[in-house]
Amino acid sequence: MNDKKGIIIAGGAIGIIAVLLVYFGNPANMGFCIACFIRDIAGAIGLHRADVVQYIRPEIIGLVLGAFLLSLKNKEFHTKGGSSPFTRFVLGIVVMIGALIFLGCPLRMVLRLAGGDLNALVGLAGFVAGIYIGVIFLNKGFNLKRSYNITKIEGYIFPAVNVGALILLITAPAFLFFSEKGPGSMHAPIALSLAAGLIVGALAQKTRLCMVGGTRDMVLFRDMYLLTGFIAILVFSFVGNFAFGFFKLGFAEQPIAHTDGLWNFLGMAIVGWGSVLLGGCPLRQLILSGEGNTDSVISVMGMLVGAAFAHNFGLASSGAGVTANGKVAALICFAFLAIVSYLNSEDLVKKKSSQALSKANVE
Amino acid sequence: MKRIDTCGMSCPQPVLMTKKSLEENPEGLDIIVDNNTAKGNVERFLKSAGYKTAVREEDDTFLIEARK
Repeated sequence: MNDKKGIIIAGGAIGIIAVLLVYFGNPANMGFCIACFIRDIAGAIGLHRADVVQYIRPEIIGLVLGAFLLSLKNKEFHTKGGSSPFTRFVLGIVVMIGALIFLGCPLRMVLRLAGGDLNALVGLAGFVAGIYIGVIFLNKGFNLKRSYNITKIEGYIFPAVNVGALILLITAPAFLFFSEKGPGSMHAPIALSLAAGLIVGALAQKTRLCMVGGTRDMVLFRDMYLLTGFIAILVFSFVGNFAFGFFKLGFAEQPIAHTDGLWNFLGMAIVGWGSVLLGGCPLRQLILSGEGNTDSVISVMGMLVGAAFAHNFGLASSGAGVTANGKVAALICFAFLAIVSYLNSEDLVKKKSSQALSKANVE
Repeated sequence: MKRIDTCGMSCPQPVLMTKKSLEENPEGLDIIVDNNTAKGNVERFLKSAGYKTAVREEDDTFLIEARK
């Protein structure tokens, strides 16, 4: 129990902070959403022109810098990279597309659930199913090979880019896009969002909190540690939502959500499966990016590009529902996940080549 | 004692590699990890699997000795 105290406190704090961010201006059930916020940043720098979702979210900057500063202090900042970078880049795109079909990353899924949005329950079922598929391949030897130590400078660039993004946000030059209506226009004051990000970034760095790791480790090792954090966020944001009167139970007319059960399920299945292959959920990728893991930086860049694709090609869902293009994209994502999972699973591929070898010997 | 090297592997590979190697070497194992997260995860797994652990820091890595 004692070893779980830290992650319960961290999860609790994150749940409460998420509700407070909504109180101070963030969109409903969106105190934090890594996918939505990266998407908003993609819009702000003009990578897509969906004018309702453009804003440089200080929460993202805070998460990265919070993790960066704490990892420096704890001597846990290590610059690493080189573990199948382009596979990770495309997996980042895939995870983002899945998240924008559902309308939220795993963290927002939990926050939506805590706000009474039952569509998120369907999403959760898909998420768990996706993680199960990923775990099957992990057990068959799936991995993306080793990363290596690289020069320190490489690891400092991403935190520096985030400082640059903060300067852009504060100076707001005319070439940026900021939504005047829609979710992108709804945000807590900059200082508050930044502080929230810094605190949560530090907490997540310290506790290794990961939304996908919870279910994964439970299935693989019967290890409850990360799942405890997941549950703590759910419970505390639920209590917070109740206290502020934000809680509204049901499927219909939930904020920034649609009621298409099948695609809520499939969208989150893509996110769960893709995140298992990446080794962590979108939040965890951001935190690792702050700790000098450039493979995670590449994954985050994939998410940024994925967000641009999602809106430029009409893949992202909206309150009105899923799009036809989104459905096609989801099927392509599943095909990609299946191929990458299979070809990187050492037991599956090795077995085949050794079978071929023994067959050749017989002949 | 058999030794496995988990350096540079992302989550949950270090624990997964430990678990697989222990199935073949149930008496014990030496595991090299290169970050605190993997160290914590591997130690937690070993404890729940009923092993005693000792950790030695070597340069940038940790050597975890797991014994029945």
